[in-house]
Amino acid sequence: MSNAAHPTPVDRPRSKGGPAPALTHLGGATATRARELIALYPEPRSALIPLCHLAQEQEGWLSPEIMADIAALLDLTPAEVLGTASFYDMLHTEPVGSHLVSVCTNIACLLNGAMELLEHAESTLGVNAGGTTADGAVTLEEAECLAGCDGAPCVQVNHRYVGAQTAESFDQLIADLRSGARAAEIPTHGTLNRVARTTGLQADRDQIANERAAMAEAQAQRAAAAKDTAANKAGA
Amino acid sequence: MVDRATTTEPAHTVPPDVAEGQVTFTLDGRQVTARKGEMLIAAAERAGTFIPRFCYHPRMKSVGVCRMCLVEVSGPRGASLQPSCFVEVAEGSEVTTDSDKVKKAQDGVLEFLLINHPLDCPVCDKGGECPLQDQTLAHGPGETRFVEEKRHFEKPIPISELVLLDRERCIQCSRCTRFAAEVAGEAQIDFIGRADQLEINIFPGLPFSSYFSGNTVQICPVGALTAVPYRFSARPWDLDQVESTCTTCSVGCRVAVQSSSNRVTRLLGIDADPVNHGWLCDKGRFAFESVNSEDRLTEPMVRKAGRLVTVSWHEALDVVADGLRAATKKSGGPGGVGVIGGARLTNEGAYTWAKLAKGILGTDSVDAQLGDGLPAEVVLGLPRATIDEAVGADTVIVLSGDIREELPVLFLRLRSGIVDGDLSLVELSPQATALTPHAAVSLRYLPGAATELAKAIADHGAPAPATADPTDLAEARRLAGADKVVIVVGRPSLAEDGALVAEAVQVLARALPKATFLPALRRGNVMGALDMGLSPGLLPGRVGLEPGRQWFTQAWGKVPDERGLGTTEILESAGGSTGGEGARTDKPHRNGARVRALVILGADPLTDFPDAGMVRRALAGADFVVSVASLPGPLSAHADVVLPVAEAHERPGTTTNIEGRISRLGQKLVQPGQSWPDWMIAAELAVHLGADLHLDSVAEVWDEIERLAPAYRGITRSVLDTPGATDGVVAPLTVTAVAFSRRPGSAPLDPIAFPGVESVEQQGAPPRAGLAGARTAGIAANAANAANGSKGAPEVGAGTSGDAAVTNQPPQLAGPFEITVPRVVPTDSYSVRLVASRRLYDRGAAVDAVPVLAGLIPDSPLRVNPHDLDDLGIGTGGNVKVRTATTSLVLVAVADPSLPRKVVATDFNVPLAEGTVADLIDATAPVTELRLETP
Ligand code: SF4
Ligand code: SF4
Ligand code: FES
Ligand code: FES
Repeated sequence: MSNAAHPTPVDRPRSKGGPAPALTHLGGATATRARELIALYPEPRSALIPLCHLAQEQEGWLSPEIMADIAALLDLTPAEVLGTASFYDMLHTEPVGSHLVSVCTNIACLLNGAMELLEHAESTLGVNAGGTTADGAVTLEEAECLAGCDGAPCVQVNHRYVGAQTAESFDQLIADLRSGARAAEIPTHGTLNRVARTTGLQADRDQIANERAAMAEAQAQRAAAAKDTAANKAGA
Repeated sequence: MVDRATTTEPAHTVPPDVAEGQVTFTLDGRQVTARKGEMLIAAAERAGTFIPRFCYHPRMKSVGVCRMCLVEVSGPRGASLQPSCFVEVAEGSEVTTDSDKVKKAQDGVLEFLLINHPLDCPVCDKGGECPLQDQTLAHGPGETRFVEEKRHFEKPIPISELVLLDRERCIQCSRCTRFAAEVAGEAQIDFIGRADQLEINIFPGLPFSSYFSGNTVQICPVGALTAVPYRFSARPWDLDQVESTCTTCSVGCRVAVQSSSNRVTRLLGIDADPVNHGWLCDKGRFAFESVNSEDRLTEPMVRKAGRLVTVSWHEALDVVADGLRAATKKSGGPGGVGVIGGARLTNEGAYTWAKLAKGILGTDSVDAQLGDGLPAEVVLGLPRATIDEAVGADTVIVLSGDIREELPVLFLRLRSGIVDGDLSLVELSPQATALTPHAAVSLRYLPGAATELAKAIADHGAPAPATADPTDLAEARRLAGADKVVIVVGRPSLAEDGALVAEAVQVLARALPKATFLPALRRGNVMGALDMGLSPGLLPGRVGLEPGRQWFTQAWGKVPDERGLGTTEILESAGGSTGGEGARTDKPHRNGARVRALVILGADPLTDFPDAGMVRRALAGADFVVSVASLPGPLSAHADVVLPVAEAHERPGTTTNIEGRISRLGQKLVQPGQSWPDWMIAAELAVHLGADLHLDSVAEVWDEIERLAPAYRGITRSVLDTPGATDGVVAPLTVTAVAFSRRPGSAPLDPIAFPGVESVEQQGAPPRAGLAGARTAGIAANAANAANGSKGAPEVGAGTSGDAAVTNQPPQLAGPFEITVPRVVPTDSYSVRLVASRRLYDRGAAVDAVPVLAGLIPDSPLRVNPHDLDDLGIGTGGNVKVRTATTSLVLVAVADPSLPRKVVATDFNVPLAEGTVADLIDATAPVTELRLETP
């Protein structure tokens, strides 16, 4: 931990283009997509969460190297990326198995045997909630309400509902996940929904500035009009 | 320490500009006026009501996250609780800070904060000066309903070599993260996680390496962040403190020096409005350990039969006097003695040494700069700007080394001017610096070609240098044409003659007659030393040798007959034309006299002069070497006499910063063993030389400086002791300078903004209530007198001729000057030019003798333009052989696209893969050229 090994990171530039940062871990297509996403926002930093999701698709979690790449793309420090990534439950800063199995233990599910299901899951998988099986196939997670209370106890795999589960159906589910029988329906962890925004905002700073100016102008006019009205009233 | 008052006088808030933008509101039933847009918490504080707070910091943006500052504010739907640090004062609003509702809110916030805060005050560094402790006592509920388990973390974890983190103590105020991101611009720490698992941390493997990390320790309102050197070393109530100025570099940050048992335990930043805003750099904050060092020299030593042996002062000074006389005799004139160094001295020490050298010995070969600065008269002759003026300017043009490396807190101030204000930065530099990302334009120049670039900016018709982009150049010209322009001038590279930079500076000075200048010379009190005449051709008070001849002859009895040598020429001369090892020049010595004796004042040219070979030759060639030092450096091996000198915090006096701001140095320690204050050594040496300087105390020295040195005229001791002058007085005194700083000298500092610094005891006459006004009036009179200039002849010391006609005070230097500029021969196509830049942590004594800092000295590679590297067929990280006419080194090369083609850069006084850059630099050449080869 010496400064010699880690030179002071460069201060965040205000608006400098500069050469594109060298990425060490984000793959080519992902990096291209990342740049497209950044272009959608007036401030590069606004693309932080989308970029985290995108990067998570590559390895199923956000490794330190990938976070450093995101930081480089957005002119942030790696600490800032970690700060945001560690806030959200769906962004993982520790390795995750190819299937993230979430068992809800909130009230409706609790009343319908969620605790028993979770205990069953822990004993059959041989891991505690939060752990990953030795083969890397499953990470078991205890979750708060997943908004599937009608099918309690609610289980999700890679954030996809798989319906209410019993101990038996749960074992079958795990077997199917391991065998790949449900691969088409449940892609590996991190895989994003393919409905990606490719066009749309592509916001242009000037355009935003113009619109803001127009808005301010309109506001000022309204305020002036209101003042006039008030003055008229007072006059009357 | 002193009693803590819950209501204090405002520390550093500006009184409202009453004329315009004023708001009146009711505060606890009183009518209060405030500036429009001001935060309630600040307005209330100025009105004498201190609202408890954690996250609010007067030097950072409000975030309103801790809720400790809740007050009741009237609104359309009745009074409601609002965070006073996040609500602007509103005309006619009613604010209550002491209602039951407010009290209940404060109770609640504190009870909530203490849910997870461990009760380990007895083993916590902050205990005794902790805002959480104090505010809990003053405003807390007294008991808690929380009975569950608190959170636990591994403790402490190092987040850098200097800072330790106890995460469970954190109350999540975000002061540290905001400091890192907003003030230092390096968000290396951040909140990680969420809710009760939220913690401050670094990114794994990337330490909090900011040069300013110590400030987070100081402003953390709990003991979550602690400093490695201080942790568990003292309890705050056992510490004694004095206010002083940091002299590690020449920014001159104000500090509280705290000590216990005659050892400095820590330095804390004091919020001096014109200078440092409470911030310090880590070097300034932690370098005090060199003062505590076990290795300090404690007795005078004289070389006998090849060995340094301890002797009495009497004997040592006799040996020195004999040695200096012998050198003068052998050389046939006073030029036989050369005096190098002096930037570590107090102003009083520098003046006394100048008087000894120039007035008694009669040598003008005296230089406080170690070949790493700029020609002194150019610097002193420029119209000076203050730091505030630079930060508040329209454009600041920087032609200097990397300011974050050389004058760290000036970097913070300039950065804030750019990021938070409207300052535009034009950078002229051979390589990228920490300011480059903030520059409106950053223009490159080839070492040796600064003038060409300056001319291109000054004159629209001048050709653009190949290294500068034409669009950027056009923008630079436009920005240089702004109304308020401040030019920061220093030494961009030690491998480029300072005269070449000075020439460029003068081009800018002529072209921009309204511009003012801020020197970026980095050594501790180098500006004071130059002001005191420790430079060839100068006399005290920014006066040239000739213009000042009559005045100082009258006062001192004698001044040098002719201009002497600077450090480079002194060393060259001492080395002699026959001087061994690779001597390159056979020039006749200027003034005929060869320098035979060297007096080295608290400097180490062996590591700190750009050309190591030249120093080795000089030390070998000199007959007699005297080292005035506090630590045994490599120089001791070459010294005939070593005189132990008192260090910072061990002697009172004054120092002068880059602005020309004179401030008091506090004394808190007794110097070790037999060491003496700097001025006393010179005064006693004079006696051994059969003369008398008539200076018997540091106060007498100051009085004489005030009387004789024109630029210091009017700045009497009582002016310096004026409460309003606590943050220093800028020389020369002008009537407008009387506005001074805004910190009332005797008011306690905000204990929450800068915990640990309370009312600091000032050295000098204790400020007394009621004197401020009277003194300010007196200062105005002094200033008027000083401005008139001619206040009669200097009082003549005994032993000097009193018959000479009464003369007028000599004029202060005013440029531009004619300077001799070496001619730079164009590079042949095989050579590259070297840039040698300064790093904050280098092998200098302030770092090397401090264990926690020494580990931070970087190993520097050779930075090369990527195309040049490609041409050599070397990849980044590969070895490259660097050859000069006399030597060659194998270094590690890395690609640096910020460098122009044919320019390579590395760092001075830090280890390279082999040797140091001082082995490569030829101080007699205008620029250092190298050949690059595959090894
Ligand atoms: S570490 Fe200290 S300064 Fe930083 S957020 Fe926690 S309490 Fe505040
Ligand atoms: S910037 Fe200079 S004066 Fe200020 S703390 Fe650092 S070394 Fe000391
Ligand atoms: S309680 Fe389980 S999904 Fe809502
Ligand atoms: S919310 Fe105002 S001081 Fe923290």
